[in-house]
Amino acid sequence: MQIKPILAAMRRHKAGTILIGFQIALTLAIVCNALFIIHERMARVSRSSGVNESNLFVITNEWAGNLSDPQTAAQIQADLDALRRLGSVEDATAMNSFPLHGSGWDNFIRMKPDQVHMTTDTSIYMSDDHTLDTLGVKLIAGRNFTPNEIQAFPIQEMKSWPVIIVSKDLAKLLFPNGDALGKQIYAANNNTPSTIIGITDTLQSHMMDNDDNAYAYNALLVPMRELGNGYVQYLIRARPGLLGAAMRDAPKALIAQSRMRIFEAKDGVMTFAQVRAKAYERDYGMAILMGIVSAVLLAITAAGIVGLTSFWVGQRRRQIGVRRALGATQGDILSYFMTENMLIGLGGIVVGTLLALGINLWMVTHYGVAHLSGSYLLVAAIALLALGQGAVFAPALRAARVPPIEATRPA
Amino acid sequence: MLAYYLRLGLHSLRRNPLLTALMVLAIGVGVATSMTTYAVFRAVSANPLPDKSSRLFVPQIDPWGPQARLDGSDVPDALTYTDAMALMRDRKGARQTAIYPISHTLIPDDVSREPFHVSGYAAYADFFPMFEAPFVYGSGWDRGQDDAHAAVVVISSQLNRQLFGGASSLGRTLRLDDHDYQVVGVMADWNPRPRFYDVNNDDAFNDPPDFILPFTHAVDTHTDTDGNNNCRGTSGRDPGWDGWLRSGCAWVSFWVELPDSAAVAAYRSYLQGYAAEQTRAGRFHWPSNTALFNLTQWLRHEQVVPPATRMSLLLSLGFFLVCLVNTVGLLLAKFMRRAGEIGVRRALGASRREIWLQFLVEAAMVGVAGGVAGLLFTGVGMSSIGLAFDPDIARLAHMSAGLIGLTLLCALVATVAAAFYPTWRAAHVQPAWQLKSN
Repeated sequence: MQIKPILAAMRRHKAGTILIGFQIALTLAIVCNALFIIHERMARVSRSSGVNESNLFVITNEWAGNLSDPQTAAQIQADLDALRRLGSVEDATAMNSFPLHGSGWDNFIRMKPDQVHMTTDTSIYMSDDHTLDTLGVKLIAGRNFTPNEIQAFPIQEMKSWPVIIVSKDLAKLLFPNGDALGKQIYAANNNTPSTIIGITDTLQSHMMDNDDNAYAYNALLVPMRELGNGYVQYLIRARPGLLGAAMRDAPKALIAQSRMRIFEAKDGVMTFAQVRAKAYERDYGMAILMGIVSAVLLAITAAGIVGLTSFWVGQRRRQIGVRRALGATQGDILSYFMTENMLIGLGGIVVGTLLALGINLWMVTHYGVAHLSGSYLLVAAIALLALGQGAVFAPALRAARVPPIEATRPA
Repeated sequence: MLAYYLRLGLHSLRRNPLLTALMVLAIGVGVATSMTTYAVFRAVSANPLPDKSSRLFVPQIDPWGPQARLDGSDVPDALTYTDAMALMRDRKGARQTAIYPISHTLIPDDVSREPFHVSGYAAYADFFPMFEAPFVYGSGWDRGQDDAHAAVVVISSQLNRQLFGGASSLGRTLRLDDHDYQVVGVMADWNPRPRFYDVNNDDAFNDPPDFILPFTHAVDTHTDTDGNNNCRGTSGRDPGWDGWLRSGCAWVSFWVELPDSAAVAAYRSYLQGYAAEQTRAGRFHWPSNTALFNLTQWLRHEQVVPPATRMSLLLSLGFFLVCLVNTVGLLLAKFMRRAGEIGVRRALGASRREIWLQFLVEAAMVGVAGGVAGLLFTGVGMSSIGLAFDPDIARLAHMSAGLIGLTLLCALVATVAAAFYPTWRAAHVQPAWQLKSN
């Protein structure tokens, strides 16, 4: 295959060549970054929470009226007893927040009382002795809380957390040697240490912002009921197959205990699947948007290549006829146009790669996106080349069918 | 001549409907995505109080020192209770208010109605004139009632409609948790977007507050903050409500009105002086670190425009660019195919300028058609922006006459600009070459 005649011909049709090349370059740059963003978001969405999400649901219970703190604590205990007695419920617990919730407490961890800057940040879960069973999280070392370790007071009265349970990832961060059990850390925002009595398997934090990705699996369980904040989250595990029944029975049982509570109509009672969907709504949306943009962009580029190449073929009918008359086969003509498109495509991809890296660098500095990996560029480049070849096939076929008699026809 | 060119253009566009359709669709989609993301971006980055934004300021005082920032975090965007009260006491600005978000359970007088959750703010009397809050009935309270820790409340017109059917509720009592409050004012529908006075609590775009009551009373009733309570830099605090008030936790928003640049300069030096005094008194152990932001600077500092919005706008513009490059190519193909026709016109006496006009008119027709298609797609786009943006933000963008006009104008101008090169090529067609007889 002779490349030089193709290049010579392209030099005479600079405008069309540049237009197609530039379009391919821009499309590569945008589609590459769009696909990368989709990948990043999907990776976030597929993170495991560490919780056994089937059969788990959450009731956000807001207190109406004015219960004193001791009354609230007693009410919570009575509520939990009532919930655990239900036939459709396996276990229930009261917490202030939970994985994927999006808001809640987080604290810096310090290893020494006078330490100035944090070792790491972690989410804090106010929990009780039934929390691990309700969430379906395994203890891989140490022990669970005992019922008499559970304290109940408002945050302002809090003095210390003598015993805590940490997640496996937090334990590894704090004690890389793997000897976290029994050690003391400073997690309560004051100078009293807490002893780690248990380590759980993977447990996700409630923090969902992109900025908190580094702390996504730092979780710290404190045996405490938070009072005075006006609400409590009841996490309830239904018996297998009885999720619907449990979601009906639980609110009724709570209201039977006391009417002075409010469940919001919209989000008051949510299955954990709904919690997960709500937590990752934005990510799915962004991925869908990027997908649509990429698809439409590729379609437009393909259509543009088809249109422009058809026009070119029309302009060069006489030349094609001359070549055919001189002995070129249909295959020769076809491969001429395909090769020409491949060369333009390669040129466009080179420029597009530079553009894609440039855009990615700019996004890294301004939007904290990760660096583009080479495999994306490669995949997108190959896809675009294939697209270009596919788009040019029909016009090239039409060019190949130009009969040699065109050579004899006047221009 | 214009009517003739329009006829020529229409004829040519009809001759190759596929190509025309492709161009119109490409421009339509490009314009639609750009306009949709621009509408969201503009709604989100708009100045909520343009006539006053240069006179409203947020003071920032570093309560923890540089040691707390070794991990790269910023000076907190709220004040500690101690600092906020000192600034309120000194009253160095023309007007000032401390604010914090709170929520209560409202227990209606009518016992057949269930209690329900209401959210609002605790603020000082200056809040209402400072932010030009409009009233339907009554007005805000006065400074005397602040000092008296009065149990008064201003409610939103929506809450007024819910409880009192929209009639004047002045003087009536509202029960929030276990305290009674007297209604002294009902605000008109007022929801500046973004809600600049509370951007530091991530609630810049959602529903307006149900009520506003005096800060002093809220503190008396030990009402916890519904917003962020940032105790990062503190090394523990005393237990109890008073312990929290005394602690270094930052949770109070603060706004001050300063009428001119002299007042701004004076307030800046007041802040530095205050912080220096705290250092001398031993409460701060670092050189004074204060700042004063005006409203627009504060919105930028708090990054109210979500990065996703800006990124989407830029992506759409890139997308539009690709559509335009596509259009240039297709228009080139379309125009050059008619080289013979152009040759005939030129031979019959048309000047280059007239060829220019003819093809620009044709491009304009494609542009207008693309704009109309763009409007249709923008309508679709508006209904699906809930996908990529927060529902609160997505709600803000809607079709207005201005947006419609902008869409059509954008499509027209872009297409005509894209047509410049193809038209230039068409106008420089040599008549002689085209007229060579067979």
